[in-house]
Amino acid sequence: MVQDEIVWGGRNAEFKNPESKLWLERMAAKGWTCPTWPQEYGGGGLSKEESIVLNQELARINARPALTSFGISMLGPVLLQYGNHEQKAEHIPKIVRGEIRWCQGYSEPGSGSDLASLKTRAELEGDHYIINGSKVWTSYADKADWIFCLVRTDFEVPKHSGISFILFDMASDGVSTKPIQLISGSSPFCETFFDDVRVPASNLVGQLNDGWTIAKRLLQHERTMISGFGLAGSQGDRGGTTSTTASLEKAAMHYRGDDGQISDPVLRDRIAQFKIDSEVFALTSQRSVEESKQAQGPNATSSMLKYYGCELNKRRYELLLQAIGSQSLGWEGDGFSDDELQIAREWLRSKANSIEGGTAEVQLNIVAKRVLGLPDMLSLVSK
Amino acid sequence: MPLVLNEDQQMLQDAAKSFCLQHAPVDVLRRLRDEDDPRGFDPDIWAQMIELGWTGMAVPESYGGFDFGYGGLGVVLEQTGRTLVSSPLIATVLLGATAISKLGTEAQKAELLPKIVAGELLLAFAVDELPVHKPTHIATTAVKQDSGYVLNGSKTFVLDAPVAEKILVVARTSGDTDDAAGRSLFMVEADQTGVNVTRTKMVDSRSCGKLTLEDVVVTEGSHLGAQEVSDASLNAILDIARVGLSAEMLGSALEAFERILEYLKQREQFGVLIGSFQALQHRAAIMYSELELCRSAVRGALSALDDQDKTDLDIARLASMTKAKLCETAELVSNEAVQMHGGIGMTDEFDIGFYLKRARVAQQFLGDVNFHRNRYASLCGF
Repeated sequence: MVQDEIVWGGRNAEFKNPESKLWLERMAAKGWTCPTWPQEYGGGGLSKEESIVLNQELARINARPALTSFGISMLGPVLLQYGNHEQKAEHIPKIVRGEIRWCQGYSEPGSGSDLASLKTRAELEGDHYIINGSKVWTSYADKADWIFCLVRTDFEVPKHSGISFILFDMASDGVSTKPIQLISGSSPFCETFFDDVRVPASNLVGQLNDGWTIAKRLLQHERTMISGFGLAGSQGDRGGTTSTTASLEKAAMHYRGDDGQISDPVLRDRIAQFKIDSEVFALTSQRSVEESKQAQGPNATSSMLKYYGCELNKRRYELLLQAIGSQSLGWEGDGFSDDELQIAREWLRSKANSIEGGTAEVQLNIVAKRVLGLPDMLSLVSK
Repeated sequence: MPLVLNEDQQMLQDAAKSFCLQHAPVDVLRRLRDEDDPRGFDPDIWAQMIELGWTGMAVPESYGGFDFGYGGLGVVLEQTGRTLVSSPLIATVLLGATAISKLGTEAQKAELLPKIVAGELLLAFAVDELPVHKPTHIATTAVKQDSGYVLNGSKTFVLDAPVAEKILVVARTSGDTDDAAGRSLFMVEADQTGVNVTRTKMVDSRSCGKLTLEDVVVTEGSHLGAQEVSDASLNAILDIARVGLSAEMLGSALEAFERILEYLKQREQFGVLIGSFQALQHRAAIMYSELELCRSAVRGALSALDDQDKTDLDIARLASMTKAKLCETAELVSNEAVQMHGGIGMTDEFDIGFYLKRARVAQQFLGDVNFHRNRYASLCGF
């Protein structure tokens, strides 16, 4: 889907056309922006099976997602699991209707892969927490209305045990953001600064100092979302379906096709290998949904899917560059089609796939430990 | 296209798994090899497999089978792959019974399928003539003569040729060597005049051989289906076998991987368990990811084989996708299995080498990764 057609919602929601606004309102009225969430909080109240049918029907009519947001893909599921009734009643309906746009306050300048070492502090003063510190790689912080944020509420205990999960309004005094320009030229991420930000203590989700449990659960949802990037390949789509570069093999045939096949046999083999992996990866995502029908949401395999999906998406762009040749390496201006220029930017953006939401290496660590049960790194043999 | 096992398949899997572990462990293959048994299988174990109904898994009830579908046969093959069971299951059941039930005339099916189910007939399927799989390359000829045909030519890499009573031979009834059209399937008796089988000992210790046909006279009734096979029909049989073989390869690769994990959790060096080293952990995690993909490919392809709505083209694409993916992963896992076991992995006394050897033969059989990627690309139109 083309970036500027995504509807993110929020106080300053932008719609490309009146139809997408109407589409959001109609879908939200039925709770179908969040089909499986409870009706009590504005969700669709559908079973997993019913929501699969709904998605199939939406796909069949080629419907655009009415609403895309971190509230839906990340915060909502954990708030439903760990939030109290007041918090759910306050925030969930607004997520369903797209009224509030959320951002994620996780990484810090000194805490990337080692997220639990985070230092942003929240100190209780009466019935408010005073928050000081800074976050980095906060996606769309400059456009978000509220933030779900990891803060340290106890400095005396081991790092995982002193973290809390808190929600607050980005319009609060003391919050400021600064976009970061990426290698792709765009600025989807920000640095976010908190300077004596006052947050009601009732905004803390779950137990004090037990935020790491919620943080990890949310990361599983985030990984499931990001692993979806790898799925695009099997449907053959980077965006629309009409352009000559809608899929890798289509692009390769357009630029390098000869007599019904890709003329370079080495490239053709690598594209076949990629497409096989994409198709089998899509089956694996589907199988993981079938297997989790009884279970609650994503499980440890989300790390495997995140790892593989991101590697696939990066491979897709490297192969696109090889298929299109120097025409894929234009930065701007004349001499290139819009599509070609777009691919260069998407290729650069794809490099973040295996960094955001936990690096590829962190995902492999998690698989090794949680799925395969391999011993902790550098652990001494206990006899 | 269900990707998880249903309840019946789950029960079948449990039963097959415990049978293979108890009655057909890797030791059996080792013994067959050490005794240089030309049959390549243990008749007592085979008798029990027949008793369990494995020979009739995908055969329709009307021909004495159990109509459990290729999904059921695939579940069994995955488990036999785990302990490297060497048996007539691939040549006689997966290839032979499939060819007869897909292409045979009513009379041929009624005569032969019940015998296969009852374990009274062993078959071989002879297609390859070159050291690489290329089913269009058929130089073996079958020339019409009187009330039958005369066959001449030679075949290689014929699984179970030394034990088969009947051999299904792909021969050319018209056209030139590399034509897709003009091929037919014939059944020749292993002991008839002009049929010569030479046993070839392969690295995986299974029964295999080369076949030569010298003025072999067969009747009209030996012409399977009594007509030439189209490229699609022949590939429909080969594709079923490719998917079934992929299921076996999945079982072997999963077992090899689990043995790796066990070793990583038990072997100590530098005062720590080697499984705590990140270099090994990441390689294990990558293998796990690839194996999860393989599992999905095999499940998806097996389900498709039993799905009436799938076209030959759907099946062809899924079969090549699956075999290509399994070839690639079988190579990765079997190599890592030796490497991660270190020196002991190189010894004959230790079982892991059997997994490496079987993996390579299975990779080559019915098309390697190159064959299937190439075919997949063509089927996808690039």
